[in-house]
Amino acid sequence: MGNPIDQTIAGVNTKEVQRSIGSGRFGAYGGRYVPETLMAALQELEHAYAVAREDGAFQSELDDLLRHYVGRPTPMYFAKRLSEQLGGAKIYLKREDLLHTGAHKINNALGQGLLAKRMGKQRIIAETGAGQHGVATATVCALLGMDCVIYMGEEDMRRQELNVYRMRLLGAEVRGVGAGSATLKDAINEAMRDWVTNVRTTFYILGSALGSHPYPTMVRDFHRVISREAKKQFMEQEGKLPDAVIACVGGGSNAIGAFYEFIPETNVRLIGVEAGGRGTALGEHAARFHGGLPGVLQGTFSYVLQNDAGQVATTHSVSAGLDYASVGPEHAMLHDQKRAEYTYATDDEALNAVKVLSRTEGILPALESAHAVAEAMKVAPTMSTSQAIMVNLSGRGDKDMGILAREMNLEGAKASS
Amino acid sequence: MAINFKQKPGIVVYLTAGDPDIETTYDIALAALDNGAEVLELGVPFSDPLADGPVIQRASERAVARGVRLLDVLELAKKIRAARPEAGIVIFSYLNPVVRVGMAEFCKLAKEHGADGVLLTDMIVEEAEEYLREMKKNDLAPVFLAAPTSPDERLKAIAEHSRGFVYAISRVGITGTQQNLESDAERLVSGIKQFTKLPVAVGFGVSNAEHVAAVGKFADAAIIGSAIVKLIEDTPREQAAEAVGKFVKGLRGQGGGSR
Ligand SMILES: Cc1ncc(COP(=O)(O)O)c(C=O)c1O
Repeated sequence: MGNPIDQTIAGVNTKEVQRSIGSGRFGAYGGRYVPETLMAALQELEHAYAVAREDGAFQSELDDLLRHYVGRPTPMYFAKRLSEQLGGAKIYLKREDLLHTGAHKINNALGQGLLAKRMGKQRIIAETGAGQHGVATATVCALLGMDCVIYMGEEDMRRQELNVYRMRLLGAEVRGVGAGSATLKDAINEAMRDWVTNVRTTFYILGSALGSHPYPTMVRDFHRVISREAKKQFMEQEGKLPDAVIACVGGGSNAIGAFYEFIPETNVRLIGVEAGGRGTALGEHAARFHGGLPGVLQGTFSYVLQNDAGQVATTHSVSAGLDYASVGPEHAMLHDQKRAEYTYATDDEALNAVKVLSRTEGILPALESAHAVAEAMKVAPTMSTSQAIMVNLSGRGDKDMGILAREMNLEGAKASS
Repeated sequence: MAINFKQKPGIVVYLTAGDPDIETTYDIALAALDNGAEVLELGVPFSDPLADGPVIQRASERAVARGVRLLDVLELAKKIRAARPEAGIVIFSYLNPVVRVGMAEFCKLAKEHGADGVLLTDMIVEEAEEYLREMKKNDLAPVFLAAPTSPDERLKAIAEHSRGFVYAISRVGITGTQQNLESDAERLVSGIKQFTKLPVAVGFGVSNAEHVAAVGKFADAAIIGSAIVKLIEDTPREQAAEAVGKFVKGLRGQGGGSR
């Protein structure tokens, strides 16, 4: 992909905006590949965000709500029993699951919601996979008094039914999407069609570090607080930085938030965990760095699971939030630079990790987050007891109870052990 | 270059290539050309057509399911070029199938297969450095989209970098048929014409003779897409070419273009 040919044609303040939030390129990745109709809106957003970011009033309103409404900072919890059982590195959990609405997604939904309000946009749309971003967006819309439409694949509506009810209770309209595999990618297509049609009045709160500039940068910035807190907490609790940071990677928002402040700390291993699903064949998983190729999907240049004709592949994961054919462009760069490692956990490994964490620590993780826990369970025993790992526990697992009940036979009297 | 509008307004026909199958698309293309279309846009089916409404989504899905590839569409272009040397042929694609082939290779192949121009739905001027270089190298016309939301600065860049014609999107939104042409379209066309002498073609929602006549008052050509793709969907494949030919012929006539 070539570099931008002429950055001055964008009109207002382009150079200044770029100085503040960058060009939206992450090495070769990122950029803006959208129908022309959206360009004015993306430039308006880019500009509004660059200004808000430097505005103390915006930041203090956000910080205040993060503290008093969302519940930041989140604890850094030493999982003693789990660590002892695995017999290696100490495992710490960054408890994003304790945030209001139950996942990290609210950090970003709140940031973008406040920005929408500032821009005078009253109608909010969003896509959701696991339903956590949809719930977070519906929550922010209730809080700020805005209209909310959420697009969700019909398959995801079925498997994350509880979150559908939560969104409706919060006053959002949930629109099911039946196209393709009726999951996250299809929901984003439909949200983008809505945005193209209603672009003059609508703000699209994108739920991961995906899409066209400025979204990957902006979403990362709103989640950066995770690693900012974590760094400080680790120094206080362990007197040093972690040896490894592990996070699951769907679109990549919780992972980029957990990684970001550690990127310059080259002694800290950064490990992203994708969905290994039920096999390594195309269509059976969502591990973009294990079978994907660089390509353009939904506005950005990144790794994409696709066939040799450039048709985007269907994906599978037991966790709706990781079940996506592409990945945020900043992860593509970190992958190529080898600054971060990307591995995967299978459906079975994730399900097992849910059970292990529940029974050793009394913490029920989201199926997405369980992929990161599963990786920690693999690497901790290979490390020494003087080393420490941080797992970003991106969300809680209540939403997954239907799937877990089925998969683990929890319905009968004797739950399998 | 065969992108040339002799009639006023010119007619551009969009077809989702490979729906219902490549052979039928070939017959339909000739029927459209023989009944008054001057330029064809051959749509490359894509798994995630996010700028398209339900009609083209369905056509695209059917063609993808049949395994129709970008290279098949180029072969189709070659056959049409051989049969109708005067036709204007534009390859219309989302970016990813092109990325898969490689931009330089794609442009070379497009030229070799007789295309005159290319339109990439999700390619904007700022990202187009390599694309424009390869298009120029192969003497192909890059057609960019201009939208009612594009400010003057963008219209200027779009006009300057386009060749063949500029595609003016009649309204904010996705492709699909509509009842009335919005006033957006006329304003946009005059906005573009400040910056270029290239012909301006209006598309998205242009679906009948009345629309074509309305577009003819302020633009050089009308682009008909979803209305024809829908007609193909609703017609048995053996009759599709004849039906499209009749429809295209009717687009210029009094009360034609209806079904
Ligand atoms: C709890 C949780 N973790 C992780 C994800 C994956 O998203 P991302 O990779 O953007 O963090 C989701 C998405 O729905 C989620 O709900």
